[in-house]
Amino acid sequence: MTAGHPDALYVPGDSPVHRLPGEVKIVAVVLYVVTVVATPATEVAAFAGYAAPVAAVVIVSRLDPLPLARRALIEVPFLLLAVLLPFLSTGPRVEWLGLTLSEPGLWAAWNIVAKATLGVWAAVLLAATTDVTSLLTGLQRLRCPTVIVQIVTFMVRYVHVLLDEAHRMRIARLSRGDDPRFLWQVRATAAGFGALFLRAFERGERVYVAMLSRGYTGRMPVGAERPAARVREWAAGALLPATAVTIAVTATVA
Amino acid sequence: MLRVRGLTFDYPDGRRALDGVDLDVADGERVALLGPNGAGKTTLVLHLNGILTGRGHIEVDGVPVVRPRLAEIRQRVGVVFQDPDDQLFMPTVAADVGFGPANLGLTGEPLRRRVTEALEAVGMAAHADRPPHHLSFGQRRRVAVATVLAMRPRVLVLDEPSSNLDPAARRELAAILRGLRVTMLMVTHDLPYAWELCDRAVVLDAGRIAADGPIRDVLSDAPLLAAHRLELPYGYSVPPAT
Ligand SMILES: Nc1ncnc2c1ncn2[C@@H]1O[C@H](COP(=O)(O)OP(=O)(O)OP(=O)(O)O)[C@@H](O)[C@H]1O
Ligand SMILES: [Mg+2]
Repeated sequence: MTAGHPDALYVPGDSPVHRLPGEVKIVAVVLYVVTVVATPATEVAAFAGYAAPVAAVVIVSRLDPLPLARRALIEVPFLLLAVLLPFLSTGPRVEWLGLTLSEPGLWAAWNIVAKATLGVWAAVLLAATTDVTSLLTGLQRLRCPTVIVQIVTFMVRYVHVLLDEAHRMRIARLSRGDDPRFLWQVRATAAGFGALFLRAFERGERVYVAMLSRGYTGRMPVGAERPAARVREWAAGALLPATAVTIAVTATVA
Repeated sequence: MLRVRGLTFDYPDGRRALDGVDLDVADGERVALLGPNGAGKTTLVLHLNGILTGRGHIEVDGVPVVRPRLAEIRQRVGVVFQDPDDQLFMPTVAADVGFGPANLGLTGEPLRRRVTEALEAVGMAAHADRPPHHLSFGQRRRVAVATVLAMRPRVLVLDEPSSNLDPAARRELAAILRGLRVTMLMVTHDLPYAWELCDRAVVLDAGRIAADGPIRDVLSDAPLLAAHRLELPYGYSVPPAT
């Protein structure tokens, strides 16, 4: 079950991007995404410009772009929505290849496609170059609410256990002659989800008991094993959003 | 070291799981807690560090198990749960072993030393930086023991430590447990394991103590074992004391 593996997103490596502390990369990606999202969709040239720093990060991190592109496909459902917009929206129409399309719809579609693609690529790069521990330490150093850090920690840890459990339950079902290809047998699958939820809940309770037994009082002890980011590293991380901001400013002023 | 008096506990659904349990464990003693499924063994374990609270009195190393002293109690009583996946919830083995001592307020170098020491005790120091879910089941069980050792408990409580282990992993864990110098209470269905590691056996059935004595006496008493659904493996026998 490699697809469900929590650290399947991380691609081990030893590039300068990999070595940057988690908090630096998180801040860089957030600022970059904010800049991209805040740019009006009509600044078409700016969006072309935004792709450049992302491409640069891919090169510096020495990652194979192909698997990254495959991961970026998670945005496809949103893109499908975007394709519908020119047909469904109201407002002034334009003719294109014999189709009557809504002009605001077209801009809205472009807005989604351009921003989602850039945002997804930035996120995919963050996930591919940052292992779980430095991601969590990063979130914690950024004063992210402890509750959120804990939820992420547990998601990362237990997604895999739950997937395993779901997998075992599916096998148990199939071995007893359930064949979910037939629509009327969807019931068993649905019941399986219910059981999985219950198991997840019970597991959560047992984990909580195990935590209490080791002196947990509601606050996660800080993982101090990795050094915090230095000025140089912050400066390196700032390159990504700084480039984006420069492009944004140039585009809107020009 | 451990003193339980008249412990009675009902689950919220009204089911009586413990019914007047008295138990004393002396410093340095290794006691096996035996009994059929549903006897109340896990329920008793959960009382020893104050996760559950029933009627009666429990004392660990002179400290009563009461809400205001739970922090002390949980440092003194280390519980290794049945499923290591419940116990290992941090992203790396080292972070997980460090979780308990960090809760006790340790940081930096002393924390790191504790972690290394505990991992060395179970022979897992080489795996400190791996995520727990990449380890084999037997390795995870050993790390689970380390997470508790890192708290330097006075009493080590293990719930079915040998379950789901292959014979080699079972033997390795036995060697590790035998090497630890702590008071030990071990819940198990694995009678040869109890015989190998413990000096004394307590049989719990339907929430009551049904027998308590030297392990040899308990395991060689066939009628007693049969009455409480305890069975030695085929062909195995413990000679009675002479
Ligand atoms: N959360 C719960 N709610 C209600 N009843 C429970 C709960 N947990 C356990 N029980 C009941 O309490 C009794 C004792 O359970 P316990 O888990 O302590 O048994 P055990 O001796 O550990 O058994 P096993 O050998 O199967 O682990 C059983 O009858 C069980 O059904
Ligand atoms: Mg039990």
